[in-house]
Amino acid sequence: MTLDAAQQLALDVRRGDRRALARALTLIERGGAPVRFLRKALIGYGVGSLVGITGAPGAGKSSLTTVITQELRKRGMQVGIIAVDPSSPLTGGSLLGDRIRMYDLAGDSGVFIRSMANRGQYGGLAATTLDAAMLMRAAGFGMVLLETVGAGQSDVAVVDIADTVLLVEAPGMGDEVQSIKAGLLEVADVIVVTKSDRPDAAATLQQLRALLRMQMESADAWTVSVFPVSALRQTGVADVVDALVAHAEWLQTHPATWRQQRRHLLSLQRALESQLHEAVQQLPGWSKAVAQLGHYDCDLLAQQLFKELVANGFTKE
Amino acid sequence: MNEVPIRVLVAKPGLDGHDRGAKVIARALRDAGMDVIYTGIGQTPHMIVEAALQEDVDVVGLSILSGAHMTLLPKVATQLREAGLGHCVIVAGGIIPAEDSALLTSQYGIDAIYGPGTNTDEIVAFIRTTVAVRRATL
Repeated sequence: MTLDAAQQLALDVRRGDRRALARALTLIERGGAPVRFLRKALIGYGVGSLVGITGAPGAGKSSLTTVITQELRKRGMQVGIIAVDPSSPLTGGSLLGDRIRMYDLAGDSGVFIRSMANRGQYGGLAATTLDAAMLMRAAGFGMVLLETVGAGQSDVAVVDIADTVLLVEAPGMGDEVQSIKAGLLEVADVIVVTKSDRPDAAATLQQLRALLRMQMESADAWTVSVFPVSALRQTGVADVVDALVAHAEWLQTHPATWRQQRRHLLSLQRALESQLHEAVQQLPGWSKAVAQLGHYDCDLLAQQLFKELVANGFTKE
Repeated sequence: MNEVPIRVLVAKPGLDGHDRGAKVIARALRDAGMDVIYTGIGQTPHMIVEAALQEDVDVVGLSILSGAHMTLLPKVATQLREAGLGHCVIVAGGIIPAEDSALLTSQYGIDAIYGPGTNTDEIVAFIRTTVAVRRATL
């Protein structure tokens, strides 16, 4: 894609053109110079906040995302959804099925759903979802919901991306979930106990509230609350949305949090990595290094490439 | 720059609830390294076109067993074109008689139709070659 075309695309995204947004979202998965241009042209446009929805597989993330979106639509807000599912480590392919549970949102022109595969690599979530959220904000979506893959290592990455972390807990998942709670509880801004129509939901709610009471609180801190929600009976959703909106407003007056600092650092690191990687791939020594893979230590190969890069002068834009 | 995997939307238009075939295809395409977005059953043409637009797919795969293929498939094809998605490869499968198949592929914008018993490798190969051609012209 030429830079002229990228410029036109950026303008179309800002106008809220859905086809342009969809194409731009594909571009960011591809990477390269047009993406850097898009980022430069669009960053800072739009004011929406990014809510990361995380929790164990089967906890009810997709259903919760659906009912939260319906509530936001009732309040006149446009909602962007980024639904991440895992890629196959063997073939690189993926089966993205979050739309099945988002059936009730289909056809609503105030909602834009994009399914993404995490590409199975470390940081795969971070690599493209920040840019995807940036695009959706620029296109005028007041809130962007990021539904992560089920809890695991990649889930901690949500903290580096989202403005607001919504932790989803299903009732009755037992001791297995306790370890996840310990890690994610510290970074959750809003907690939801799903399937609250079930009789064991009250106990889970109580446990979580008790755990939260033990956490240290400074006067300036955001107060984390736990909300029961039943997507089935459609109860409790309005309270969650109130909390999400309140947290977004709270962030306006408390901007320099450790999380934002981490996110900026991550963006810098990513930009550095991708620019370096692209520059190195254009070196004469790159194909030689690839041919030697498996025969030489990768640290050594990287060192050689780096030396060559420095010798050639790093002249890329 | 990274080559983006072929993106495929698999949907079941209309009112039949049997989606084993659609799931087999979805799985085969995933195993062929594609990103497959599965929408589930009960999709209207409008829902399918909206999903194809948002997901920026290369391929729309439609599974239909209800007998309403002569109504629904042309509608999807027309609405895709109207939404500026004429580049999408449209592949259909299900219980579709040969004479209907011929009409759908020759006159109604369906690129290929595969019935029961088709080897999934054949479908994968068709999608790969056709998408390569379409992507090159975009």
